[in-house]
Amino acid sequence: MITIWEVNQAGNGMIIKCKNKSQASENDVIAEPVYQQRRQFLKQLGLAGVGLAAASPAQASIFDIFSGDDKKASNNAFVQSPLKLSGSKDYANGEIWTPEKKVLSHNNYYEFGTSKTDPQKNAQNFKVEPWTLTITGAVEKEITLGYDDLFKIADLEERIYRMRCVEAWSMVIPWTGFSLSEIIKKANPTSKAKYVAFETLYDPQQMPGQASSYLGGSLDWPYVEGLRMDEAMHPLTMLSVGTFGKTLAPQNGAPIRLVVPWKYGFKGIKSIVKIHLLEKEPPTTWNRLASREYGFYANVNPAVDHPRWSQASERRIGSGSIFSSKRIKTLPFNGYAEEVASLYQGMDLKRYI
Amino acid sequence: MPMLTYQRLPYLKAYIHVLAIMPLVYLGLAIDADALGGDPVQAVIHFLGKGALNLLLATLVISPLAKRYKEGLLISTRRLVGLYCFFYAVLHLVAFAWLDLGWDIALLLEELVKRPYIWLGMIAFIILLLLALTSPMWVRRKMKRNWQKLHNFIYLAAILTPVHYYLSVKSGWIEPIIYALLVVFLLSQRRKS
Repeated sequence: MITIWEVNQAGNGMIIKCKNKSQASENDVIAEPVYQQRRQFLKQLGLAGVGLAAASPAQASIFDIFSGDDKKASNNAFVQSPLKLSGSKDYANGEIWTPEKKVLSHNNYYEFGTSKTDPQKNAQNFKVEPWTLTITGAVEKEITLGYDDLFKIADLEERIYRMRCVEAWSMVIPWTGFSLSEIIKKANPTSKAKYVAFETLYDPQQMPGQASSYLGGSLDWPYVEGLRMDEAMHPLTMLSVGTFGKTLAPQNGAPIRLVVPWKYGFKGIKSIVKIHLLEKEPPTTWNRLASREYGFYANVNPAVDHPRWSQASERRIGSGSIFSSKRIKTLPFNGYAEEVASLYQGMDLKRYI
Repeated sequence: MPMLTYQRLPYLKAYIHVLAIMPLVYLGLAIDADALGGDPVQAVIHFLGKGALNLLLATLVISPLAKRYKEGLLISTRRLVGLYCFFYAVLHLVAFAWLDLGWDIALLLEELVKRPYIWLGMIAFIILLLLALTSPMWVRRKMKRNWQKLHNFIYLAAILTPVHYYLSVKSGWIEPIIYALLVVFLLSQRRKS
């Protein structure tokens, strides 16, 4: 096992992060107060309309009415710091980015609640410093990284990827980070390393969804995910530490998360504390819950439907209004077939979902 | 003496109108304020679907309440609530076909074939449509005994919709189960009487 220092020396360990907490966030500075006002009004109105409807889309909403979301909302929003990027590359064919506001407010992160708006509401007090990420298992050098080290593993580059959720919606997101292979190489995998397993932080005190199965959709915690070694080493597979040029927001998986652009979004495990190399295919969270619906591979595939809905098309979450939303055709491997289809040569992708 | 008299009935009905329309006003304002999260299309569809389901339960709860509290006139609000339930179901379907599918009929048919939960929703919708069409008094009189037979299908709709709801979400069975239990409870009340 080597120390943080050794990793820094081994890597291109420059200090890339520049932190300036006093800097205002770039979110629509002008529009925000207006929205806040209108929303406040809506909240008051919402209490009057209790008899009929629950405003938010997913399950936590029945009782939200009684609790009021003010209690959960925090006064101090999580501060995202600007990151210094070595470059930016578009892997999404020039498609229009999903607005930052939507990337921050539409999340599947059940540790903070199952409704799409829960994570933003419940994650603002999430603590990312200190953080510990370990790389263990079938490696010659086990690695332990602290929070600051996460930004020094490799040069931070921006990559614009399409993100396709298994629920048939999609976004285009500018991630900041580096190829997962960079960190795996540093640990010197042994010949036994056939798979890579990942684990999210387990901390029910900070993550209300882990504490309450009502709020968290009764998944088994901690969240675990996995990749085959060749998938993990593929240059498109990314560890992300930021979006839109800033460190990640907690609802997007701060401080470090996985991004595999040709797979359904649930493979992109968030707030990673453990990367473990091993010989056998690791169990993965959604696969354990419903293996017929969520495969280990989870490659985006319009030809293989989810048992309960079609995967042939997707609703792109873009910048337009509700009336301009449109469905687009889903592409094999989410449009990254040229780069990754060869990984699955000879495999029956209808079987290995 | 029942509290609900013929004089008071119009007030109750007016109140029901207000109560049923208010969430739609809320929804309109929320769309305007862009306060429906990152995927407002889905939020609108869910909002309307849940509204329809809530109103379906409200329709079913009226006659047990009327019996229990001996408020016979309460029954005469049932059609109104039922029609609002149908109205929400229409809006739910329109929102799906318009906002989500953009009136792409080929896609709609494809989705119909591929998504079992949509069959269930469609069956429930057709039931509600038939009930709404046969709701005027003169149709009821014309249909005689068949009217009750047809309108008993509301129970089928009440069973199908929570299943439709359950199947449409990735995970999160708790809320649909709550709805299902409410339906079962209401049906058991009905069975007793």
